[in-house]
Amino acid sequence: MRVSLLTGRTLDQGREKERGKFSEDYTRSAAVCFIDPEDMKELRIRENASVRVTTDFGSVVVKAKKSLRGPHPGIVFIPYGAWANVLVDPKTHSTGMPSLKGIPAELEPTPQEDSLSLEDLIRKHYRKA
Amino acid sequence: MPRISNVTCPVCGCLCDDLEIIVEGKTVTGAAKACAVSEGKFLNYASHRLLAPLIRKNGELVKASTDEAIRRSAEILANASYPILYGWSCTSCEAVRVGLELAEEIGGVIDNTSTVCHGPSLLSIHDVGIVTCTLGQIRHRADLVVYWGSNPWSAHPRHLERYTTFTEGRFQRTEWRRYVSRLGSASTAKRSLRAAKLALKKVLRVAKGPPVQSEYALSRKGRKMIVVDARKTRSADIADYFIQVQPNKDYEVLQALRVLIREGELDVKEVGGIAVEQLEEFADALVSCEFGVLFFGVGLTMSEGKLRNIDAALSLVRDLNRYTKFVIMPMRGHFNVAGANIVFTWQTGYPYAVDFSQGYPRYNPGETSVVDILSREESDASLIVASDPVSNFPREAVENLVKNPMIVIDPHPSPTSIMADVVFPSAFVGIEAEGTAYRMDRVPLPLKKIVEPPESILSDEEILKRILLEVRKIKAKE
Repeated sequence: MRVSLLTGRTLDQGREKERGKFSEDYTRSAAVCFIDPEDMKELRIRENASVRVTTDFGSVVVKAKKSLRGPHPGIVFIPYGAWANVLVDPKTHSTGMPSLKGIPAELEPTPQEDSLSLEDLIRKHYRKA
Repeated sequence: MPRISNVTCPVCGCLCDDLEIIVEGKTVTGAAKACAVSEGKFLNYASHRLLAPLIRKNGELVKASTDEAIRRSAEILANASYPILYGWSCTSCEAVRVGLELAEEIGGVIDNTSTVCHGPSLLSIHDVGIVTCTLGQIRHRADLVVYWGSNPWSAHPRHLERYTTFTEGRFQRTEWRRYVSRLGSASTAKRSLRAAKLALKKVLRVAKGPPVQSEYALSRKGRKMIVVDARKTRSADIADYFIQVQPNKDYEVLQALRVLIREGELDVKEVGGIAVEQLEEFADALVSCEFGVLFFGVGLTMSEGKLRNIDAALSLVRDLNRYTKFVIMPMRGHFNVAGANIVFTWQTGYPYAVDFSQGYPRYNPGETSVVDILSREESDASLIVASDPVSNFPREAVENLVKNPMIVIDPHPSPTSIMADVVFPSAFVGIEAEGTAYRMDRVPLPLKKIVEPPESILSDEEILKRILLEVRKIKAKE
């Protein structure tokens, strides 16, 4: 399903980052994707199902969450954090600011995969020279 | 049990300075008046932290003495030809000042986190100028509060309670009671529907779709709140009026409003997914208030158009001042990101992205900003202070950041610290170290030292001073 990806702050993600980024609670607050309930029906997925979000810049598996603030069909939201930043557009258009909102993305259910913990995600994507 | 009053919160740009912190021995056990995020920090800051510096040896981070870590850091920075010094928004102004001195000494690029939050706002303010004021004036006088691309409920949880809708000002009353009564009515309606379902023993169908918003919401007396955003947020639930704009269409909507407030006509039916009639109601509310304020968040700076969106917002507010009093303010995120901009400016003339490689400060965001430098693979070392770019930068930039030697000064273990070559655990500013921070309206406030840091843990300022001293020793030998 083609969607527009927004990233941003949530209260849970803000609180859990202050409590420690390597906790499971932080992963539960940031490795999630808020989807419109109608879009979830169309994808035939339930709350906490694994979904793969892919943009031109990267791909990541996160947990689906029913958006309580719909309707916003075609728009998904991932809180700030390492999972969201695998997907965002690094181009700054000469402003210094990458594009972190309104990124075209593909959303698909992926029942066989699970979202990675923060440490595993970092080790998978980045290497020391 | 000692209770420390009037503590300034070191979390977000609100810098709430009315916290009461309860301390037992060396431990914080309570944080009265704190929001969920602030309480999370005060009660948990000590539970996940490093207690000794680390140095990478044979690919592994191992414990080291402070002196050894200082020497290693100074060697990395003194030998680098184009180092970047990044972060600075979650530390004190005093530490930022030392950081700037260090950047000049090593000929590096120093940038703060506004480069990935309100950097475009600063560029736009250079171009257009800004009509602004302090939060105190807004608290007492604003009868129309607009949040655009900002969700204070989640990012600045006490902003409404201390400075806008839910605060009791000298000339404006709080809207708290109205909000509670609205919640009560919604809950009664829900209960009645459930009771009717049970009584009639059948499923009642309720029309779905966005609730119809009444014009009365904008024409009634008293303080009003409008939220404009690409999705319905918790803040939108509180607002009297919510306007949902299509992602990346803020620029068009802002310019359409500029036309409408000059009594121009739009020959289209909708702009950015918003019906023109709704925009007209919005424009009427903007013009007819006595003191309006537009708070804008990174919803404007991070979406398509970036600084041009802010140009349009600043220009709209400038235009509104032909008819009424209107001000605008960026919702700054980290507790001292405004302070970092201010110290950068008074030391170098520029608020962020300052390049000292030529021996004098040069400023050209897009060229001298950290994400661009990393994307072009130009830097050869980095010093990260109180920030987590490995979590917060786009992947391409992080790949190039972690390739080169990286020094991290941060009280928190983070994805950036696990990829570092030298890690300094530092004292938490505002809890274990004092300093100065600037609120989002550029009012400086003192940060208190509430408890002693663990033994041998230094403040960011002290660590930076020692690195600077060591760099100077190395340079003197060359």
